[in-house]
Amino acid sequence: MKKLIYAITAAVMLSILLPKAQSEDLKDNGGVISLRGQAQLFEQDKAEDMKRVQRDQSPIARDYLHQPPLIPHQTRNYKINTNSNKCLSCHSWKNYRKSGATKISMTHFETRDRQQLSDVSPRRYFCTQCHVTQADAEPLIANDFKPVEELSGGK
Amino acid sequence: MSDSNFIKRYWQIMKRPHRAALGTILALGFTSGVIFWGGFNTGLEATNTEAFCISCHEMENNVYQEYKETIHYSNRSGVRATCPDCHVPDEWTHKIVRKIQASKELWGKFTGYVDTPEKFDQHRKEMAIREWKRMKDNDSQECRNCHNFEYMDFSEQGKRSRVQHANALETGDKTCIDCHKGIAHTLPDMKDVEGWD
Repeated sequence: MKKLIYAITAAVMLSILLPKAQSEDLKDNGGVISLRGQAQLFEQDKAEDMKRVQRDQSPIARDYLHQPPLIPHQTRNYKINTNSNKCLSCHSWKNYRKSGATKISMTHFETRDRQQLSDVSPRRYFCTQCHVTQADAEPLIANDFKPVEELSGGK
Repeated sequence: MSDSNFIKRYWQIMKRPHRAALGTILALGFTSGVIFWGGFNTGLEATNTEAFCISCHEMENNVYQEYKETIHYSNRSGVRATCPDCHVPDEWTHKIVRKIQASKELWGKFTGYVDTPEKFDQHRKEMAIREWKRMKDNDSQECRNCHNFEYMDFSEQGKRSRVQHANALETGDKTCIDCHKGIAHTLPDMKDVEGWD
């Protein structure tokens, strides 16, 4: 009987203490520095300043093969939805000559089974899934990435 | 005989003004003129406010919410363009014409033409086309009330805007609304709209 009481007490104590200990563990990031800095998981890190998207520039050289070209201009409030696609009003095959913009590549007319369509493939319709604007910002993590020489001209 | 007497007497009364008449009539006319004209214009201006526009839930729940995300509602310097700045002409005669046209919208309100977001979207394109046409016809006058071409500094503009403004806009080939569609409200289906794919 005494043993049983000890056992129950121990079980109760454990059930109270253990989860607490575990949740303490979870709160600690274990000294890992990640993209969100050194902040503990329960802390709110300081928000970064908003970066300003750079204004109109010339096309930006690509860094690796099949890199989606970067957007060298601002795209504030450009809508891409079922009703309209602001990007295509300049970059489509119909409009690129008039606007002087780069035309979208032929690959955008293909389905994933390489079937050729007569219009932009739905999977390639949402431009900003791959093409992104540029801000003058430091790399989040220092790195020594070098672009393919053939593409960048050794820069 | 008594009939012609009555007419004669009446004529005499009408012919000679009462001693008090001239001044009183002038004073009455002047004050009632001030009251009615002032009242009319005050009433008219009261309908020319954002608060009046969004007192209809059709406006508040649809176009007003869309507009709140755009630069004409919120921007770095806090200068705003409210509903009437773009949708009601500034000049008096044009304003009255537009106001009379807008009485049709009251009918729409009573019959519940666009009283749900779904109905609004259903009619969005026809309403948008009507407004684009109005702006095209008056050379985007409501834009130009603030954005005066004469004082645009091209050197402060991006390359893309500079090319368009210096060519299409300057020559009068295009007007503001030709390119700047959907800057304050959600666009309808842009199929078959010039310049859109």
